Formats: sequence, C-alpha cells, structure tokens
Amino acid sequence: MNTPAAKTPRTPPTSRWSDHAVEQLVGRLLQTGVLAAAAIVLVGGVLLLVRHGSAPVSYSVFHGEPELLRSIGAIVRGALAMDPQAVVQLGLLLLIATPVARVALTLVAFILQHDRTYVLITSVVLALLLYGLIFDKT
Amino acid sequence: MTTLTLALLVAGGSFGAGLLGALTGLGGGIVVVPMLTLLFHVDLRYAIGASLVSVIATSSGAAAAFVREGFTNVRVGILLEVATTVGALVGAALSGVIPTSALAVLFGCVLLFTAYRSIGRREEHAVLTTPDRWSARLRLDSTYPTAQGMLAYSVQRVPAGFSLMFVAGILSALLGIGSGIIKVLAMDQMMRLPFKVSTTTSNFMIGVTAAASAGVYLHRGYIDPTLSFPVMLGVLAGALLGARLLSVANTTLLRQLFTGVVVVMALEMLYKGFTGGL
Repeated sequence: MNTPAAKTPRTPPTSRWSDHAVEQLVGRLLQTGVLAAAAIVLVGGVLLLVRHGSAPVSYSVFHGEPELLRSIGAIVRGALAMDPQAVVQLGLLLLIATPVARVALTLVAFILQHDRTYVLITSVVLALLLYGLIFDKT
Repeated sequence: MTTLTLALLVAGGSFGAGLLGALTGLGGGIVVVPMLTLLFHVDLRYAIGASLVSVIATSSGAAAAFVREGFTNVRVGILLEVATTVGALVGAALSGVIPTSALAVLFGCVLLFTAYRSIGRREEHAVLTTPDRWSARLRLDSTYPTAQGMLAYSVQRVPAGFSLMFVAGILSALLGIGSGIIKVLAMDQMMRLPFKVSTTTSNFMIGVTAAASAGVYLHRGYIDPTLSFPVMLGVLAGALLGARLLSVANTTLLRQLFTGVVVVMALEMLYKGFTGGL
C-alpha cells in the first residue's frame, strides 16, 4: 500500500474512471466553474456600476430581494435581457451550482466504478443540495 | 453612500480578508460578516448571503489545485458531506427564527474559538495505520504524498467526526462561514487524518456545505447582487494572490496580526449581541 502505484487498489490506474482520473476531472470542473462564474459576475458588476454607480445605497434594513432575483427562471430571463443585477445573480447561481456539479460528477464516477455504498452516499448529498437549490421556497 | 463608493470600499476590505485568510490558512470567510455588519452597517442576513458566496468561490478555487495533488480524501469528504449538508439545511431553517442578537453572540464565540485555535501550538500527530471498524467498512483509509513517497494512513472515530461535522454545517449556514476550523478539528484531532489531508479535505467540503444553505438563502432573498459582487470578486482575488505569496510571506507575523483582528471583531460582535445593537 506504500507504493505510488497502489494508490487506487480497486480500479486499475489505466481505467478512465480511476480515482486519479476522477480527481483530475473534478479539479478541472471546479476551476472552470469558479472562473466562468467570476467572469459573469465581473461583467454584471461593471454594468451595474456604469448604470447605477451614483445611486445611493444602504443595507442597514433587510427588505429581501425582489422575486426577479430569487428564482432560477427569473434570474435567467433577466440576465438574457442584460439586467445588470440579474447578470450578477446568474454568475452567483453558477457559482453555487459548481459544488453541486462536482457532487454529480463524483456520483457518475462511483456508478462507473460499481461502488454501491458510495453511489448511495453521494446520491443523498446530491439530493440534499438539489433540494436547497431548487425546491426550498420558504 | 453611493453604489460605487460602497462597491470599492467593500471590494478593498474583502480583498484584504481573502489575502490574509489565504496566507494564514484561516480562510477569509470568518471576517467578511463582521466587516460588513460592523464597518458598513449591513444587515446580518445580507452579510451572511454575500459571505457564503465568497466562501464557495475561494474553497472551490483552492480545492481545484489540492484535489489534483492527491492530498484530498474524496471518500471521507463525500461521507462527511452528508452530515454537513443536513446541518446546513437545518441551520438555514433555524436562521429564520433565531434572533439577530443571539446570532451575533454565537458569532463572537466562534471568532474567539478561531483565535484560540490559531495561536495554539500545532503538533503533528503520528499517522495511524491501525484499522477501524467504520473506516474499514466504508473504505476510508488511503495514502497521501510525503517527502518519502506515498504514505498509508487509517481513519479513526468516524461516528464522532461525523457528529461534529453536523455542527459545522449548522454553524456554516447560521453564520455564513466555511467552518473550516471545526472541520479540521474533526478530521485532524478526532479522525486522526494527516494534517495536510485534513485541511485540504475540509476545503473540499466547504464549497458543498456553503452551497446547501446558499441555495436556500438565494430563494429567501438574502443574496443581494450589488453587495455580493464586490465581496465575491474581492475575496477571490485576495485569496488567489495569497496562495501565490504563501512561499515568501512571514506567515507567523501575519497570523498574529490576523488573530488580533479576529479577537477585536469577536469582542465587538459579543458587545453588539448583548446590547442588541446589530
């Protein structure tokens, strides 16, 4: 177990879905997700400052965001219409979705490795995340 | 204050938080909420929303590198994420009913604990290879890269670590932080993972934990784009620069400085919590 080659005992190192290959893929997914999200947020932020930069703003009292910036459908529609706030929100939504996509990718890897225990465990995590992201409307 | 002034000041402060957070290994998320509420008088809920988003950005950015280097124990991470995501959803549900003053007091306590942990002597414990029942059943034991090549380690006390992760998830959602300190405590001290494996696996889990409650908070209207964009971009830029400077910076001095900032913020949060000024 102490040699580098013994890192992934259950799947051969040449397999497309070895632990090592999955780690590389997960790393790339996370990096791409964060960079894409940051780019969209930056574009939206610049637009926002250009259009509303001189408007007064205060966050000392909580009002809650309007419906337009709360539901996934409304955010996507607003961003397509180039509403600056909706563009930022789309970037933030992509950022929140990045770890969720990472869990989904891990699930696929465990399915292809025929690792039943971890397919079950990962499914539970994914279900909880999707519940928070999509269904919770409290 | 105009939108532009606020964005520039918040971006600057967040950049500093991300930079110091990366250089000290404590993460910037822990100081973002106190900064926004104490300095910029932002409502706690908006501050938590903005902070959680920045936590996802930095942890996912850093995790990308660590996962590729082979330190992260993906199985341990996924297993414990069950506990942190359940905790995060419970925390998100609780945050609607817990009064702001109580949250401020809790935040102050977590900040003090962070300061305590950061000045404490960190002793590298021996890596254990004695098999554990849970660890064997869930095949958590793994290897990690060291100067002497790949070294095998065994994972201990899985149920205890799992329980503490539930608490880490609740705190993450309630306070808008990554709870990295508690995650590392669970893995390093309880489950006896090598320190570098604990920190990278903690970082790997932080994004998922924060995403669980951030999704709920987005629907609830806590995440404001005008406030969140300078926080997210500032913290991310600071953290990226911090990771680059890690090899040349005097981290001992920075750690003392950052710990000082954390203690001041802790006292301020406790004061505001007890006097109801938040």
